[in-house]
Amino acid sequence: MTTSMEKPPRTPEAGGTQSPRALARARRRQAALRFWRQFCRQRAGLVGLAVLAVITLLALTAPLLVGADSLSVTDAPGGPMEEPSGEFPLGTDQFGRSLLALLLWGTRVSLTVGLLAAFLSVAIGTLVGITAGHFRGWYAGVIMRITDWFLVMPTLVLAIALATVLSRSVWTTILAIGVTTWPTTARLVRAQTLSVESRPYIERSRALGGGHRHVMSRHVLPNVMPLVLAQTTLVISGAILTEATLAFLGLGDPTIVSWGGLLQDAREAGAVSSGDWWYLAPPGLAIAVVALAFTLCGRAIESVLNPKLGVPR
Amino acid sequence: MSTESTPAPPKGAAGAEGDGPAPAGPSPRAPRSRAAAAYARYAAGKLAGAAVSLFAVLVTSFFLFRLIPGDPVKQMTGGRQVSAGQLAAMRREFGLDLPLWQQFTQYCGKALTGDFGTSYQFRAPVVDKITEALPATLLLTGTAFVIYTLLGIWLGARSAWRNGGAGDRANTAFALTLYSVPSFWLGLLLIITLSVGIGPLPGLFPTGGMESGSTTGFDRVLDVAHHMVLPVITLVAVEYARTLLVMRSSLLDEMGSDYLTTARAKGLRDDLVRRRHAVPNALLPTVTLLFVNLGTTVAGAILVETVFSWPGLGGLFYQALSVPDLPLVQALFFVFAAAVILMNTLADVIYPLLDPRVGR
Repeated sequence: MTTSMEKPPRTPEAGGTQSPRALARARRRQAALRFWRQFCRQRAGLVGLAVLAVITLLALTAPLLVGADSLSVTDAPGGPMEEPSGEFPLGTDQFGRSLLALLLWGTRVSLTVGLLAAFLSVAIGTLVGITAGHFRGWYAGVIMRITDWFLVMPTLVLAIALATVLSRSVWTTILAIGVTTWPTTARLVRAQTLSVESRPYIERSRALGGGHRHVMSRHVLPNVMPLVLAQTTLVISGAILTEATLAFLGLGDPTIVSWGGLLQDAREAGAVSSGDWWYLAPPGLAIAVVALAFTLCGRAIESVLNPKLGVPR
Repeated sequence: MSTESTPAPPKGAAGAEGDGPAPAGPSPRAPRSRAAAAYARYAAGKLAGAAVSLFAVLVTSFFLFRLIPGDPVKQMTGGRQVSAGQLAAMRREFGLDLPLWQQFTQYCGKALTGDFGTSYQFRAPVVDKITEALPATLLLTGTAFVIYTLLGIWLGARSAWRNGGAGDRANTAFALTLYSVPSFWLGLLLIITLSVGIGPLPGLFPTGGMESGSTTGFDRVLDVAHHMVLPVITLVAVEYARTLLVMRSSLLDEMGSDYLTTARAKGLRDDLVRRRHAVPNALLPTVTLLFVNLGTTVAGAILVETVFSWPGLGGLFYQALSVPDLPLVQALFFVFAAAVILMNTLADVIYPLLDPRVGR
């Protein structure tokens, strides 16, 4: 996979008095701008980005919009399991809390867990991938064996196992998702690292005395970053789905409100057998919309990086 | 999870990117027996790798679940008044009085002979519980697998052939949307709309389980099929996108090829060019994904089986987790991981036979 951040061939002393670092920065800024312009041509990606912007805004302003007291079970404003009405647009849960308020608050948890878990997963994957691609030999061999082993583990089963074993909290969920989903990123990053490291400017950097850390952080990392970015967006949507799944199985933090937890509450309150679709539909729809938005963004970034994929705009 | 939407390299997801003992390729004119020997070495290497992975899974399944806080014996008695002597007897019964390493060697030794101990909650051999539940899972996931594979390949091929057109866009968008939907939520919604019934809509399908119980013979087959409709729809809906996307991108890779131009120059109809020339070649990368899918769908059915109270392995896993029934959880964890490992190995072993360019 080639990246749009490939360095152009060196021009002989183009910048004249500018320091090499400033030159590199300017070049990266240009590459980023070019990337953004190409991203803007991806219609689906823009839609995804817009949806995410709106949802993030809602998540950030949730305390102002509905207030934390709407989560209290003791002095809930409505009766239990009320159908949607003017006062409660989405109805109420079994404690009489407004489902719209719960849904808004759930946005915060789902986004936080999704983002943090994805960052953890991608950070591990990038670290493992770059080091395994940079240091060859037995280190890479051992590391890639471990990666392969994690890769064949059924992710959901392992995440469920971890969430069962550790105490119930948001951090457990983040850890369980992060620790189980990094191998795909590691493999992608390693392949890209191998291709970057075979380029002549890496050899030049080594010849000029660049150490391992210098090569990995100054040359390899900037080149794998676009790939990592695309991968992060894709991992986030998976992480949000897994978070909802764990919460639905009762393995999330029972004290907080999340979309998966709402679905579990709905099931326990008998919403399925009594046909209360208005209780079940909104949280699942919210999960799907956010996961889809991240997927669309990720695919748009991917197709900017690798137009051969032919993602429809 | 989400990364499967990127086109899988021929062996990418299989987790063994040729870093196994790949044989040195014999020259194209090498005698048959040498090629066969090279293939046998390659296959043996893959099988050995699978054996190592299986053992690693066994080790994990033992130690991971020992981390669960609390005394399993106390949980078994459920807070009833039990004398210390009875507790000790129970510990001895389940082998929990031995040091950890002895428990471990015993566990491994027994697992080799197919004995995974006794379930805490059912008081029956774990293997019996698993073999009881296995046919239901295989029936459900097998049916869903066949349907979503055919659907994904068919739609993916059509989508790529008219790349960028309205049909392609609608197709991909729809698949991606369903791919983003939580499977258990889709299942619950289907139950509400089609089983419980909304408004004027009567309940068309049973809400769960595998059969009504009173029927025999052909009626029983129909009854099971009737129970299977909704779970299969759910599994197919959330799974077919992956096959579609991989098929689509691998056909796109073939689109510019010379042999397609040749086929068109011969005067073949567009439809025939696609069916006879392009699709068979594009199927190769998809085959690897099929095996991977086959392995992961078994574990992926946990949620769907739980929601539809399907009497399979997934439902059993959920029941075992809530106790937690240590021996059963361990064994099921092993079964789920082993399914993926075996399927991946099978894909690795079969692939060179399908595509002679690889691995020889």
